[in-house]
Amino acid sequence: MIRTHDSIIVQSLGRFLVPVIQIFGLYVLFFGQYGPGGGFVGGVILGTGMILSVLIFGHDASRSQFAKKVLHGDGVGMLIYAGVGGLCMIGGGEFLNYANLEIPGLETASRRSLGIVLTQIGVAVDVAVTVISIVFSLSAEEIIEDSLNG
Amino acid sequence: MTFSFEIPLLILLLVAAAGAILVKDLMSAILLLGSYSFFLALVWAWIGAVDVAFVEAVVGAGLATVLFLLTLFGTAPKDSRLRRPPPPMAALIALPLLGILLLYAANDLPEYGDPNSPASVHISPTYLEQSYPDTHTPNVVTSVLMDYRSLDTMVETVVIFTAGIACALLLRRQTS
Repeated sequence: MIRTHDSIIVQSLGRFLVPVIQIFGLYVLFFGQYGPGGGFVGGVILGTGMILSVLIFGHDASRSQFAKKVLHGDGVGMLIYAGVGGLCMIGGGEFLNYANLEIPGLETASRRSLGIVLTQIGVAVDVAVTVISIVFSLSAEEIIEDSLNG
Repeated sequence: MTFSFEIPLLILLLVAAAGAILVKDLMSAILLLGSYSFFLALVWAWIGAVDVAFVEAVVGAGLATVLFLLTLFGTAPKDSRLRRPPPPMAALIALPLLGILLLYAANDLPEYGDPNSPASVHISPTYLEQSYPDTHTPNVVTSVLMDYRSLDTMVETVVIFTAGIACALLLRRQTS
């Protein structure tokens, strides 16, 4: 169980850095199509921002409540990824062949680009939730049980 | 090119790895492992694998260090010091032999950046040329990972999910 850090310097830096890290994670996630980055790294950065707020402000702080809520989303990322694959099969296409996404007004290449964005969001959600879940498993057993049972 | 960064980087990498193994204090070993990941990220960036360098810097230096530290704080009262048994005689003989064997086999690897190596002539040109017209994605790494090899990436996502579930099952205990 992690308590709030004593130092005012660490707390002030945390208040400033955590939102910046989250924004940077989103940037890396969506910039993955144009440069280095992508779903995996973006998800890890998003999760790391929440871990940083847990490490600085402790498990009970109001800033850490969102990280606890995120734990309930285990598997949502996989659902998004496989769901996009399933949507491709609706019109008789192949699994995960984004060219078969039934979206009117888009050419084939744009459909595949959209499919890449959606699956990257799925990977990012899955990785972020898993990272937070592992950190919580390592650091706070009681908190987990309370938040999941109560 | 008058000065090459490769040799100093590789020496730093070896020093960090040897330090992480040899140092007595576990906290120092964890921080040395983090610096090892940073040097490895520099090596990846140096040879042009920017995506891999990014993942190595974020996961190896950032996240893995946090996980190791949390594990150390969880186990610190029980053993904070390493009691290092001497290495077995067989390992001292077999590992240098294995290294010599690998160096001998490395002679047959294609030259770095060779356009005629088997990896560059089979399907890579197709990906490089067709990626933008096919998917409107300038980053070829992303389009290969997420579109051409999409099923692989989905199963990797399943692996990550399974790792999270396994950690939760093994580490979260009932307190009552």
